[in-house]
Amino acid sequence: MSVVVQIPAALRPQAQGRREVTLEGRPLTVGEALSALWAVHPSLRDRVLDEQGQVRPHVNVFVGAESIRDGGGLAMPITDTCVIAIIPAVSGGCNA
Amino acid sequence: MVDSRQVRVRDGDVLVMVGTTKGAFLFRSDRRRARWERGGPHFPGHAVYALAYDDRSGRRRLWAAPASAHWGSSLRWSEDFGRNWSAEAPGPRFPEETGATLTRVWQIRPGPVQQPRVLYCGAEPASLFVSNDGGESWSLCKGLHDHPHRAKWQPGGGGLCLHTILPHPTRKETIHVAISTAGVYRTDDGGRSWRTAHKGVRAQFLPDPHPEFGQCVHKVVRDSAQPDRMFLQNHWGLYRTDDGGETWRDIANGVPSDFGFAMEAHPHEPDTVYIVPLESDEFRCTPEGRLRVYRTRNGGRSWQPLTKGLPQEGAFETVLRDAMAADACDKAGLYFGTRSGKLFASRDGGAAWRAIAEGLPPILCVKTAVVLKAGRSARPARGARAKPVVRGRARA
Repeated sequence: MSVVVQIPAALRPQAQGRREVTLEGRPLTVGEALSALWAVHPSLRDRVLDEQGQVRPHVNVFVGAESIRDGGGLAMPITDTCVIAIIPAVSGGCNA
Repeated sequence: MVDSRQVRVRDGDVLVMVGTTKGAFLFRSDRRRARWERGGPHFPGHAVYALAYDDRSGRRRLWAAPASAHWGSSLRWSEDFGRNWSAEAPGPRFPEETGATLTRVWQIRPGPVQQPRVLYCGAEPASLFVSNDGGESWSLCKGLHDHPHRAKWQPGGGGLCLHTILPHPTRKETIHVAISTAGVYRTDDGGRSWRTAHKGVRAQFLPDPHPEFGQCVHKVVRDSAQPDRMFLQNHWGLYRTDDGGETWRDIANGVPSDFGFAMEAHPHEPDTVYIVPLESDEFRCTPEGRLRVYRTRNGGRSWQPLTKGLPQEGAFETVLRDAMAADACDKAGLYFGTRSGKLFASRDGGAAWRAIAEGLPPILCVKTAVVLKAGRSARPARGARAKPVVRGRARA
Protein backbone atom coordinates (compact mmCIF):
# COMPACT_ATOMS: atom_id res chain seq x y z
CA MET A 1 0.00 0.00 0.00
CA SER A 2 1.77 3.12 -1.14
CA VAL A 3 1.53 6.29 -3.17
CA VAL A 4 3.74 6.45 -6.24
CA VAL A 5 4.68 9.68 -8.04
CA GLN A 6 5.80 9.40 -11.65
CA ILE A 7 8.54 11.86 -12.61
CA PRO A 8 8.68 13.25 -16.16
CA ALA A 9 11.91 12.83 -18.08
CA ALA A 10 12.78 16.53 -17.92
CA LEU A 11 12.77 16.49 -14.13
CA ARG A 12 14.57 13.22 -13.50
CA PRO A 13 17.93 14.94 -13.04
CA GLN A 14 16.39 16.60 -9.98
CA ALA A 15 15.20 13.19 -8.75
CA GLN A 16 18.49 11.33 -9.00
CA GLY A 17 17.35 9.91 -12.33
CA ARG A 18 14.34 8.12 -10.91
CA ARG A 19 11.25 7.51 -13.05
CA GLU A 20 9.03 7.20 -10.04
CA VAL A 21 9.21 7.74 -6.36
CA THR A 22 7.35 5.66 -3.80
CA LEU A 23 6.37 7.85 -0.92
CA GLU A 24 6.79 7.09 2.72
CA GLY A 25 3.82 7.65 5.00
CA ARG A 26 0.17 8.00 4.09
CA PRO A 27 -0.59 11.38 2.50
CA LEU A 28 -4.27 12.23 2.36
CA THR A 29 -4.19 14.82 -0.42
CA VAL A 30 -2.20 15.55 -3.56
CA GLY A 31 -0.63 18.51 -1.76
CA GLU A 32 0.55 16.30 1.09
CA ALA A 33 1.90 13.75 -1.36
CA LEU A 34 3.86 16.39 -3.24
CA SER A 35 5.20 17.83 0.00
CA ALA A 36 6.48 14.35 0.82
CA LEU A 37 8.10 14.27 -2.63
CA TRP A 38 9.82 17.63 -2.05
CA ALA A 39 11.16 16.32 1.24
CA VAL A 40 13.04 13.64 -0.69
CA HIS A 41 13.91 15.73 -3.77
CA PRO A 42 13.69 19.39 -2.78
CA SER A 43 14.69 20.93 -6.10
CA LEU A 44 11.64 19.41 -7.78
CA ARG A 45 9.35 21.78 -5.94
CA ASP A 46 10.15 24.97 -7.80
CA ARG A 47 9.84 23.24 -11.11
CA VAL A 48 6.31 22.00 -10.45
CA LEU A 49 4.98 24.82 -8.26
CA ASP A 50 5.48 28.56 -8.46
CA GLU A 51 6.46 30.80 -5.53
CA GLN A 52 2.84 31.05 -4.48
CA GLY A 53 2.52 27.29 -4.14
CA GLN A 54 0.38 26.86 -7.24
CA VAL A 55 0.95 24.23 -9.89
CA ARG A 56 2.63 25.95 -12.84
CA PRO A 57 0.15 26.75 -15.61
CA HIS A 58 1.71 24.40 -18.17
CA VAL A 59 2.16 21.46 -15.82
CA ASN A 60 -0.52 18.83 -15.35
CA VAL A 61 -0.82 16.61 -12.31
CA PHE A 62 -2.97 13.52 -12.60
CA VAL A 63 -4.21 11.11 -9.99
CA GLY A 64 -4.76 8.00 -12.00
CA ALA A 65 -6.46 9.38 -15.11
CA GLU A 66 -8.01 12.44 -13.45
CA SER A 67 -6.41 15.89 -13.62
CA ILE A 68 -6.29 17.56 -10.24
CA ARG A 69 -7.59 20.71 -11.92
CA ASP A 70 -10.91 18.88 -12.17
CA GLY A 71 -10.69 17.34 -8.75
CA GLY A 72 -9.96 20.07 -6.24
CA GLY A 73 -6.40 20.99 -7.04
CA LEU A 74 -3.75 20.25 -4.46
CA ALA A 75 -6.52 19.58 -1.93
CA MET A 76 -7.78 16.64 -3.99
CA PRO A 77 -8.04 13.59 -1.73
CA ILE A 78 -6.08 10.49 -2.62
CA THR A 79 -6.04 6.88 -1.57
CA ASP A 80 -2.97 5.08 -0.36
CA THR A 81 -2.70 3.03 -3.53
CA CYS A 82 -2.84 5.77 -6.10
CA VAL A 83 -0.39 6.80 -8.80
CA ILE A 84 0.28 10.51 -9.22
CA ALA A 85 1.75 11.59 -12.55
CA ILE A 86 3.45 14.92 -13.23
CA ILE A 87 3.20 15.60 -16.96
CA PRO A 88 4.16 18.66 -19.03
CA ALA A 89 1.12 20.11 -20.77
CA VAL A 90 1.09 20.25 -24.54
CA SER A 91 0.21 23.92 -24.22
CA GLY A 92 3.59 24.80 -22.80
CA GLY A 93 5.97 23.78 -25.54
CA CYS A 94 8.87 25.93 -26.64
CA ASN A 95 7.81 28.71 -29.00
CA ALA A 96 7.99 27.20 -32.44
CA MET B 1 18.19 13.52 -26.29
CA VAL B 2 19.85 16.61 -27.77
CA ASP B 3 23.60 16.33 -28.22
CA SER B 4 25.45 19.27 -26.77
CA ARG B 5 28.88 20.00 -28.18
CA GLN B 6 31.60 21.13 -25.78
CA VAL B 7 34.33 23.63 -26.51
CA ARG B 8 37.81 23.47 -25.06
CA VAL B 9 38.52 26.92 -23.71
CA ARG B 10 42.10 28.07 -23.20
CA ASP B 11 43.60 30.92 -21.26
CA GLY B 12 43.32 34.11 -23.25
CA ASP B 13 40.43 32.92 -25.39
CA VAL B 14 37.57 35.18 -26.34
CA LEU B 15 34.10 33.80 -25.59
CA VAL B 16 30.87 34.85 -27.19
CA MET B 17 27.91 33.56 -25.24
CA VAL B 18 24.65 33.45 -27.12
CA GLY B 19 21.23 32.95 -25.57
CA THR B 20 18.43 31.87 -27.88
CA THR B 21 14.80 30.87 -27.61
CA LYS B 22 15.90 27.24 -27.57
CA GLY B 23 19.08 27.16 -25.57
CA ALA B 24 22.50 28.71 -25.12
CA PHE B 25 25.53 28.45 -27.37
CA LEU B 26 29.13 29.18 -26.57
CA PHE B 27 31.61 30.32 -29.19
CA ARG B 28 35.33 30.46 -28.54
CA SER B 29 38.30 31.77 -30.43
CA ASP B 30 41.84 32.75 -29.66
CA ARG B 31 42.63 36.46 -29.48
CA ARG B 32 42.90 36.71 -33.25
CA ARG B 33 39.16 36.01 -33.47
CA ALA B 34 39.58 34.61 -36.97
CA ARG B 35 38.17 31.11 -36.36
CA TRP B 36 35.31 30.30 -34.05
CA GLU B 37 34.36 27.00 -32.50
CA ARG B 38 30.76 26.46 -31.44
CA GLY B 39 29.58 24.72 -28.31
CA GLY B 40 26.03 23.91 -27.26
CA PRO B 41 23.15 23.91 -27.27
CA HIS B 42 23.04 24.08 -23.51
CA PHE B 43 19.56 23.83 -21.92
CA PRO B 44 17.91 22.76 -25.19
CA GLY B 45 14.31 23.87 -25.38
CA HIS B 46 14.81 26.58 -22.79
CA ALA B 47 14.71 30.28 -23.60
CA VAL B 48 17.92 31.86 -22.37
CA TYR B 49 17.41 35.60 -22.02
CA ALA B 50 20.34 36.13 -19.66
CA LEU B 51 23.96 34.99 -19.60
CA ALA B 52 26.92 36.42 -17.76
CA TYR B 53 30.54 35.66 -17.06
CA ASP B 54 31.98 36.38 -13.64
CA ASP B 55 35.78 36.63 -13.55
CA ARG B 56 36.10 38.57 -10.31
CA SER B 57 38.27 37.23 -7.51
CA GLY B 58 39.82 34.63 -9.77
CA ARG B 59 36.53 32.98 -10.69
CA ARG B 60 35.75 31.59 -14.10
CA ARG B 61 32.03 31.20 -13.64
CA LEU B 62 29.50 31.24 -16.44
CA TRP B 63 25.95 32.09 -15.37
CA ALA B 64 22.79 31.24 -17.30
CA ALA B 65 19.10 31.73 -16.68
CA PRO B 66 17.28 29.09 -18.68
CA ALA B 67 13.49 29.42 -18.66
CA SER B 68 11.19 26.59 -19.53
CA ALA B 69 7.61 27.27 -20.52
CA HIS B 70 6.71 24.21 -18.45
CA TRP B 71 9.06 24.24 -15.51
CA GLY B 72 9.76 27.92 -14.98
CA SER B 73 12.96 29.88 -14.74
CA SER B 74 16.10 28.81 -12.95
CA LEU B 75 19.63 30.03 -12.44
CA ARG B 76 22.58 27.77 -13.25
CA TRP B 77 26.32 28.17 -13.31
CA SER B 78 29.30 26.37 -14.78
CA GLU B 79 32.99 26.60 -13.93
CA ASP B 80 34.17 24.52 -16.87
CA PHE B 81 32.54 26.48 -19.69
CA GLY B 82 29.40 24.41 -19.92
CA ARG B 83 30.78 20.90 -19.60
CA ASN B 84 28.99 20.65 -16.26
CA TRP B 85 26.28 22.88 -14.85
CA SER B 86 25.29 23.35 -11.26
CA ALA B 87 22.33 21.20 -10.28
CA GLU B 88 20.23 24.28 -9.74
CA ALA B 89 21.39 27.41 -8.05
CA PRO B 90 18.90 28.96 -5.62
CA GLY B 91 17.84 31.75 -7.91
CA PRO B 92 15.55 34.71 -7.50
CA ARG B 93 12.17 33.97 -5.96
CA PHE B 94 9.45 36.37 -5.01
CA PRO B 95 8.54 36.25 -1.34
CA GLU B 96 5.13 34.72 -0.83
CA GLU B 97 3.69 37.94 0.55
CA THR B 98 4.27 39.73 -2.74
CA GLY B 99 1.83 37.47 -4.54
CA ALA B 100 4.16 37.58 -7.54
CA THR B 101 5.68 34.74 -9.50
CA LEU B 102 8.86 34.86 -11.54
CA THR B 103 8.34 34.68 -15.29
CA ARG B 104 11.99 34.85 -16.28
CA VAL B 105 15.35 36.44 -15.58
CA TRP B 106 16.25 39.05 -18.20
CA GLN B 107 19.64 40.09 -16.93
CA ILE B 108 22.45 38.71 -14.77
CA ARG B 109 24.93 41.37 -13.81
CA PRO B 110 28.04 40.85 -11.70
CA GLY B 111 28.70 43.85 -9.45
CA PRO B 112 31.81 46.02 -9.69
CA VAL B 113 35.19 44.36 -9.19
CA GLN B 114 35.41 46.10 -5.82
CA GLN B 115 32.32 44.12 -4.74
CA PRO B 116 33.30 40.65 -5.89
CA ARG B 117 30.48 38.81 -4.14
CA VAL B 118 27.69 41.06 -5.39
CA LEU B 119 25.47 39.93 -8.25
CA TYR B 120 22.25 41.36 -9.61
CA CYS B 121 19.39 39.84 -11.55
CA GLY B 122 16.75 41.77 -13.46
CA ALA B 123 13.51 39.90 -13.75
CA GLU B 124 10.00 39.78 -15.14
CA PRO B 125 7.70 40.97 -13.66
CA ALA B 126 9.93 44.00 -13.34
CA SER B 127 12.06 43.60 -10.26
CA LEU B 128 15.63 43.58 -9.09
CA PHE B 129 17.19 40.75 -7.11
CA VAL B 130 20.50 41.03 -5.29
CA SER B 131 22.98 38.49 -4.05
CA ASN B 132 25.70 39.50 -1.61
CA ASP B 133 27.29 36.07 -1.39
CA GLY B 134 28.33 35.33 -4.94
CA GLY B 135 24.97 33.89 -5.95
CA GLU B 136 24.49 31.51 -3.03
CA SER B 137 21.31 33.32 -2.05
CA TRP B 138 19.15 36.10 -3.48
CA SER B 139 16.79 38.67 -2.11
CA LEU B 140 14.23 40.93 -3.72
CA CYS B 141 15.16 44.61 -3.73
CA LYS B 142 12.24 45.79 -1.65
CA GLY B 143 13.03 49.44 -2.18
CA LEU B 144 12.25 49.15 -5.87
CA HIS B 145 9.47 46.62 -5.44
CA ASP B 146 7.68 48.94 -3.02
CA HIS B 147 8.02 51.96 -5.28
CA PRO B 148 4.62 53.66 -5.62
CA HIS B 149 4.92 53.68 -9.41
CA ARG B 150 5.20 49.92 -9.67
CA ALA B 151 1.49 49.17 -9.67
CA LYS B 152 1.09 51.31 -12.81
CA TRP B 153 4.03 50.01 -14.78
CA GLN B 154 2.86 48.46 -18.04
CA PRO B 155 4.39 45.57 -19.97
CA GLY B 156 5.97 46.24 -23.32
CA GLY B 157 5.82 43.76 -26.17
CA GLY B 158 8.32 41.49 -24.47
CA GLY B 159 6.68 41.65 -21.05
CA LEU B 160 7.13 43.85 -17.99
CA CYS B 161 10.83 43.36 -17.58
CA LEU B 162 13.77 44.90 -15.77
CA HIS B 163 16.30 44.34 -18.50
CA THR B 164 19.24 46.62 -17.75
CA ILE B 165 21.31 46.97 -14.56
CA LEU B 166 24.15 49.48 -14.42
CA PRO B 167 25.99 49.54 -11.12
CA HIS B 168 28.12 52.66 -10.87
CA PRO B 169 31.77 51.63 -11.26
CA THR B 170 33.02 53.71 -8.33
CA ARG B 171 30.02 54.81 -6.22
CA LYS B 172 28.84 51.52 -4.82
CA GLU B 173 25.52 52.90 -3.56
CA THR B 174 24.49 54.11 -7.01
CA ILE B 175 22.76 51.84 -9.49
CA HIS B 176 20.65 52.59 -12.54
CA VAL B 177 18.08 50.13 -13.85
CA ALA B 178 15.86 50.27 -16.91
CA ILE B 179 12.38 48.82 -17.15
CA SER B 180 10.04 48.36 -20.07
CA THR B 181 7.65 50.02 -19.72
CA ALA B 182 8.48 52.31 -16.85
CA GLY B 183 11.75 54.08 -17.60
CA VAL B 184 15.10 54.53 -15.88
CA TYR B 185 15.24 54.40 -12.09
CA ARG B 186 18.20 55.32 -9.94
CA THR B 187 19.22 54.60 -6.38
CA ASP B 188 21.97 56.39 -4.49
CA ASP B 189 21.56 54.50 -1.25
CA GLY B 190 22.23 50.94 -2.28
CA GLY B 191 18.66 50.16 -3.29
CA ARG B 192 16.70 51.45 -0.32
CA SER B 193 15.08 54.23 -2.32
CA TRP B 194 14.67 54.85 -6.02
CA ARG B 195 13.71 57.81 -8.18
CA THR B 196 13.14 58.25 -11.88
CA ALA B 197 16.11 59.25 -14.02
CA HIS B 198 14.66 59.80 -17.48
CA LYS B 199 13.79 63.48 -17.70
CA GLY B 200 13.81 64.47 -21.35
CA VAL B 201 13.08 61.00 -22.69
CA ARG B 202 9.87 61.12 -24.72
CA ALA B 203 7.03 58.65 -24.56
CA GLN B 204 5.46 59.54 -27.85
CA PHE B 205 3.14 56.58 -27.63
CA LEU B 206 1.33 58.24 -24.69
CA PRO B 207 -0.98 61.29 -24.68
CA ASP B 208 1.56 63.11 -22.53
CA PRO B 209 4.96 62.63 -24.20
CA HIS B 210 6.78 63.55 -20.98
CA PRO B 211 5.06 61.57 -18.24
CA GLU B 212 6.54 61.11 -14.79
CA PHE B 213 7.11 57.47 -15.75
CA GLY B 214 6.04 55.13 -18.52
CA GLN B 215 8.95 55.64 -20.90
CA CYS B 216 9.68 52.48 -22.84
CA VAL B 217 13.44 52.32 -22.47
CA HIS B 218 14.91 49.51 -24.53
CA LYS B 219 18.56 49.73 -23.52
CA VAL B 220 20.99 51.95 -21.62
CA VAL B 221 24.79 51.74 -21.76
CA ARG B 222 27.47 53.60 -19.85
CA ASP B 223 30.34 55.46 -21.43
CA SER B 224 33.73 53.84 -20.98
CA ALA B 225 35.43 56.90 -19.52
CA GLN B 226 32.74 59.04 -17.88
CA PRO B 227 30.39 57.03 -15.65
CA ASP B 228 27.77 59.77 -15.53
CA ARG B 229 27.56 59.78 -19.32
CA MET B 230 25.11 57.20 -20.56
CA PHE B 231 23.34 56.49 -23.81
CA LEU B 232 19.77 55.29 -24.20
CA GLN B 233 17.82 53.57 -26.94
CA ASN B 234 14.15 54.23 -26.37
CA HIS B 235 11.02 52.95 -28.04
CA TRP B 236 11.49 55.83 -30.46
CA GLY B 237 14.37 58.06 -29.54
CA LEU B 238 18.11 58.05 -28.95
CA TYR B 239 19.42 59.95 -25.96
CA ARG B 240 22.49 60.88 -23.99
CA THR B 241 22.88 62.06 -20.43
CA ASP B 242 26.00 63.66 -18.99
CA ASP B 243 24.71 63.93 -15.45
CA GLY B 244 23.89 60.40 -14.42
CA GLY B 245 20.38 60.42 -15.83
CA GLU B 246 19.13 63.69 -14.39
CA THR B 247 18.53 65.04 -17.89
CA TRP B 248 18.65 63.45 -21.32
CA ARG B 249 18.91 65.04 -24.74
CA ASP B 250 18.11 63.74 -28.18
CA ILE B 251 21.08 62.50 -30.20
CA ALA B 252 19.28 60.90 -33.15
CA ASN B 253 21.41 62.80 -35.63
CA GLY B 254 21.54 61.18 -39.03
CA VAL B 255 20.15 57.74 -38.29
CA PRO B 256 17.57 56.16 -40.62
CA SER B 257 15.29 55.48 -37.64
CA ASP B 258 15.53 56.27 -33.96
CA PHE B 259 13.59 53.12 -33.14
CA GLY B 260 15.57 50.05 -32.14
CA PHE B 261 16.54 47.79 -29.31
CA ALA B 262 20.23 46.96 -29.22
CA MET B 263 22.90 49.38 -28.03
CA GLU B 264 26.48 48.87 -26.92
CA ALA B 265 29.29 51.16 -25.82
CA HIS B 266 32.84 50.69 -26.97
CA PRO B 267 34.81 49.17 -24.08
CA HIS B 268 37.72 51.63 -24.28
CA GLU B 269 36.89 54.50 -26.61
CA PRO B 270 34.88 57.23 -24.94
CA ASP B 271 31.78 58.57 -26.68
CA THR B 272 31.70 55.57 -28.99
CA VAL B 273 28.40 53.70 -29.15
CA TYR B 274 26.78 51.22 -31.53
CA ILE B 275 23.13 50.72 -32.43
CA VAL B 276 21.08 48.80 -34.98
CA PRO B 277 18.19 51.04 -36.11
CA LEU B 278 14.91 49.34 -36.95
CA GLU B 279 12.12 50.66 -39.09
CA SER B 280 9.13 51.63 -36.93
CA ASP B 281 7.60 49.92 -33.97
CA GLU B 282 5.13 48.19 -36.28
CA PHE B 283 7.67 46.67 -38.67
CA ARG B 284 10.68 46.31 -36.38
CA CYS B 285 13.06 45.27 -39.15
CA THR B 286 16.19 46.87 -40.54
CA PRO B 287 15.24 49.77 -42.84
CA GLU B 288 15.25 49.14 -46.60
CA GLY B 289 16.25 45.53 -46.04
CA ARG B 290 19.79 46.65 -45.25
CA LEU B 291 21.53 45.39 -42.15
CA ARG B 292 23.45 48.38 -40.85
CA VAL B 293 25.13 48.98 -37.55
CA TYR B 294 25.43 52.67 -36.78
CA ARG B 295 28.31 54.02 -34.76
CA THR B 296 28.92 57.35 -33.17
CA ARG B 297 32.42 58.35 -32.06
CA ASN B 298 31.47 61.78 -30.78
CA GLY B 299 28.81 61.07 -28.23
CA GLY B 300 25.93 61.12 -30.67
CA ARG B 301 26.61 64.35 -32.57
CA SER B 302 26.76 62.19 -35.70
CA TRP B 303 26.33 58.53 -36.60
CA GLN B 304 27.89 56.57 -39.43
CA PRO B 305 26.62 53.32 -40.97
CA LEU B 306 28.90 50.28 -40.76
CA THR B 307 28.03 47.92 -43.57
CA LYS B 308 31.16 46.13 -44.75
CA GLY B 309 30.42 42.43 -44.65
CA LEU B 310 26.76 42.88 -43.70
CA PRO B 311 23.97 42.02 -46.16
CA GLN B 312 22.61 45.12 -47.87
CA GLU B 313 19.78 43.59 -49.83
CA GLY B 314 16.76 41.63 -48.63
CA ALA B 315 18.01 41.65 -45.06
CA PHE B 316 14.91 42.30 -42.99
CA GLU B 317 16.50 41.55 -39.66
CA THR B 318 15.70 42.31 -36.04
CA VAL B 319 18.30 42.64 -33.30
CA LEU B 320 16.90 42.49 -29.79
CA ARG B 321 17.89 44.67 -26.85
CA ASP B 322 20.53 42.42 -25.34
CA ALA B 323 21.79 40.88 -28.55
CA MET B 324 24.83 43.08 -29.11
CA ALA B 325 28.05 43.10 -27.12
CA ALA B 326 31.66 44.18 -27.28
CA ASP B 327 34.65 42.22 -26.07
CA ALA B 328 37.41 43.69 -23.93
CA CYS B 329 40.31 43.07 -26.29
CA ASP B 330 42.63 45.97 -26.96
CA LYS B 331 41.21 46.11 -30.45
CA ALA B 332 37.61 45.63 -29.48
CA GLY B 333 35.44 43.01 -31.09
CA LEU B 334 31.74 43.62 -31.66
CA TYR B 335 29.08 40.94 -31.94
CA PHE B 336 25.37 40.88 -32.56
CA GLY B 337 22.74 38.25 -33.19
CA THR B 338 19.48 38.40 -35.09
CA ARG B 339 16.08 36.93 -34.57
CA SER B 340 16.74 34.90 -37.70
CA GLY B 341 19.60 33.15 -35.93
CA LYS B 342 22.62 34.80 -37.52
CA LEU B 343 25.58 35.81 -35.40
CA PHE B 344 27.82 38.54 -36.80
CA ALA B 345 31.25 39.53 -35.55
CA SER B 346 33.71 42.32 -36.12
CA ARG B 347 37.24 42.23 -34.78
CA ASP B 348 38.08 45.81 -35.65
CA GLY B 349 35.54 47.86 -33.79
CA GLY B 350 32.86 47.50 -36.43
CA ALA B 351 34.80 48.42 -39.56
CA ALA B 352 34.20 44.99 -41.11
CA TRP B 353 31.83 42.18 -40.20
CA ARG B 354 31.26 38.56 -41.01
CA ALA B 355 28.73 35.94 -40.00
CA ILE B 356 30.30 33.45 -37.63
CA ALA B 357 27.12 31.40 -37.28
CA GLU B 358 23.85 31.02 -39.12
CA GLY B 359 20.88 28.81 -38.48
CA LEU B 360 20.77 29.31 -34.74
CA PRO B 361 17.38 29.65 -33.06
CA PRO B 362 16.19 33.25 -32.61
CA ILE B 363 18.90 35.08 -30.68
CA LEU B 364 17.88 36.77 -27.44
CA CYS B 365 21.18 37.83 -25.92
CA VAL B 366 24.88 38.04 -26.75
CA LYS B 367 27.57 38.40 -24.08
CA THR B 368 31.34 38.23 -24.22
CA ALA B 369 34.31 37.40 -22.04
CA VAL B 370 38.05 37.27 -22.33
CA VAL B 371 39.24 34.28 -20.34
CA LEU B 372 41.96 35.08 -17.86
CA LYS B 373 44.27 32.50 -16.41
CA ALA B 374 42.59 30.63 -13.60
CA GLY B 375 43.07 32.54 -10.37
CA ARG B 376 43.62 35.91 -12.03
CA SER B 377 41.04 38.59 -11.44
CA ALA B 378 39.27 40.97 -13.74
CA ARG B 379 40.38 44.58 -14.00
CA PRO B 380 38.10 47.28 -12.71
CA ALA B 381 35.03 47.70 -14.88
CA ARG B 382 34.91 50.32 -17.58
CA GLY B 383 34.33 53.75 -16.24
CA ALA B 384 36.26 52.96 -13.09
CA ARG B 385 39.55 53.96 -14.66
CA ALA B 386 40.68 57.53 -14.63
CA LYS B 387 41.76 57.29 -18.25
CA PRO B 388 40.50 54.87 -20.85
CA VAL B 389 42.80 52.15 -22.07
CA VAL B 390 43.26 52.51 -25.81
CA ARG B 391 45.85 50.41 -27.50
CA GLY B 392 46.22 49.32 -31.08
CA ARG B 393 44.15 52.01 -32.75
CA ALA B 394 43.90 55.74 -32.90
CA ARG B 395 41.23 57.54 -30.94
CA ALA B 396 38.60 59.53 -32.73
